[in-house]
Amino acid sequence: MRKTWLTLAALGVYAFLYLPLVVVVVYSFNDSRLNAEWVGFTLAWYRTLFDDADMLLAARNSVLIALVSSLAASVLGTLAGIAMHRYRLRVLPVLAIAPVAMPEVLLGVALLLFFNLIVRPWLGLELGLWSVIVAHITFSLGFVAIIVRVSLMGLDPSLFEAARDLGATPGQTFRYVTWPLIRPAVFAGALMAFALSIDDFVITFFTAGVGVTTLPLEIYSMIRIAVTPEVNAVSTLMMALTLSLIVIASRMSRGALAALR
Amino acid sequence: MRSRLARWFVTLPPTLFLWVFFVAPGVIIALASLRYPGEYGGLAPLVADGRVQLTLETYQFFFSDFIYTWIFLKSFAFAFVTTLACVVLAYPLAWKIVHARRRHRDLMLLLAILPFASNFLIRVYAWMIILGPQAMPSVLVNTFLGWLGHEPVSLLYSSFAVLVGMVYVHLPFMILPLYTNLERHDPVLLDAARDLGATPWQSFWRITWPLSLPGVLAGSVLVFIPVLGVFAIPEILGGTGDILIGNLIKEQFLATRDWPFGSALSMLLTGAVLVVAWVGARAARRLGGRYA
Repeated sequence: MRKTWLTLAALGVYAFLYLPLVVVVVYSFNDSRLNAEWVGFTLAWYRTLFDDADMLLAARNSVLIALVSSLAASVLGTLAGIAMHRYRLRVLPVLAIAPVAMPEVLLGVALLLFFNLIVRPWLGLELGLWSVIVAHITFSLGFVAIIVRVSLMGLDPSLFEAARDLGATPGQTFRYVTWPLIRPAVFAGALMAFALSIDDFVITFFTAGVGVTTLPLEIYSMIRIAVTPEVNAVSTLMMALTLSLIVIASRMSRGALAALR
Repeated sequence: MRSRLARWFVTLPPTLFLWVFFVAPGVIIALASLRYPGEYGGLAPLVADGRVQLTLETYQFFFSDFIYTWIFLKSFAFAFVTTLACVVLAYPLAWKIVHARRRHRDLMLLLAILPFASNFLIRVYAWMIILGPQAMPSVLVNTFLGWLGHEPVSLLYSSFAVLVGMVYVHLPFMILPLYTNLERHDPVLLDAARDLGATPWQSFWRITWPLSLPGVLAGSVLVFIPVLGVFAIPEILGGTGDILIGNLIKEQFLATRDWPFGSALSMLLTGAVLVVAWVGARAARRLGGRYA
């Protein structure tokens, strides 16, 4: 009796989790301007999407930002993960986690002020793609660091001792011992950073300069101004992209998802 | 010598990056909250009339009008209700996953957190469709209200819609810690309780629930803190009255351009977040002492 009740509750929660996404996907194929009644199957909204120059530019920016920021975040995050594992550091772990642990709006406005009050007057740089990239590195660095650190914790310390005893320099130890072992974690972290960047709305919203747009920013303005099923189409494509990234990431590192728990 | 160099090589770049792009912006916003607003937005010059212009006026302004305190309290109330709803929804799900057959467990867990991978705005937008006036929930509710002779209501653009959106977006933060906790419970305890004649209800309240409190707590902190700063969900799903701290902060930076007030609000929100984190950490320590 209690078992069936629990099963129903759990099924209800699964429905709550998936129903909204299913609705978005289904309506992206609906031959009607309104997200109300099912009229018929069409691919028209995808065609509209691929003819939408703003949307394509936004997509290009999103990919560019995600590529550059995830690359930089994986280099810095890997260094941070190794540093946190090897040495007793007090400050770096806090600095790496804090940007993720606080409400996003706070990091967004703090960086907005910093870019406008320091970087712009001192270096003469207007906000643009670079400021979004820097902001994205700031919050995704910590994720990479955690994944790399967890993978290092799972390694046998005698491997590094053996390398040292056999006369390897720190550089050689890294090149021939550490790197091959943590490579899957670094790739998983990089993919994670890529996914976080391409999905980010709040921090991008505050740090993008005038005229710079990304897919989430474009979606946001469409939702706020005029909702058409084009939003459903772009949403569906973005879901497909994220889903494939997750599949690749989990193939690369089985531990990566566990590390985030 | 070499190992010192190696240490600097790995520690310095990320530390330096975070000092410049995280600590410095934090200091800047703290200082900005003490400045005067500029005539055309932004900040007034730091030095004017031969003296440094710093003030606590923005903070006094915050407390001079109760509306701002009220918005803070309202944000806490939303965060509290959201957290509670997340516990209620996540618990049966996490329980079911933990007690499923071993080979189904990973898949069930993955299915529970997969929606989290889709874009935040898409997840909020989906509820615009579902709660819209022509969709089934609205029609059902309003037909029912019609029978009672009540005016039709709008589900969308209401506090209810905001709460639904918040729960939906933050639910995975509750599912994961709860799952991790429930997974570690020794099944022998429940068997023993049953053998001693406890009803399922009794063994839940006397054994499972107290043991799961650290997980519930961890999830609550993970849900409560981000919800406090949310601004897009009330903007998309809420009505005109659904203004939370996040909206207030966003307005100061992008519409009113009162940077000192926006900075002061951000500092107060940071303070609130630190208090929540501190209370959570303290409670976790106490629970750890009791149930370790």
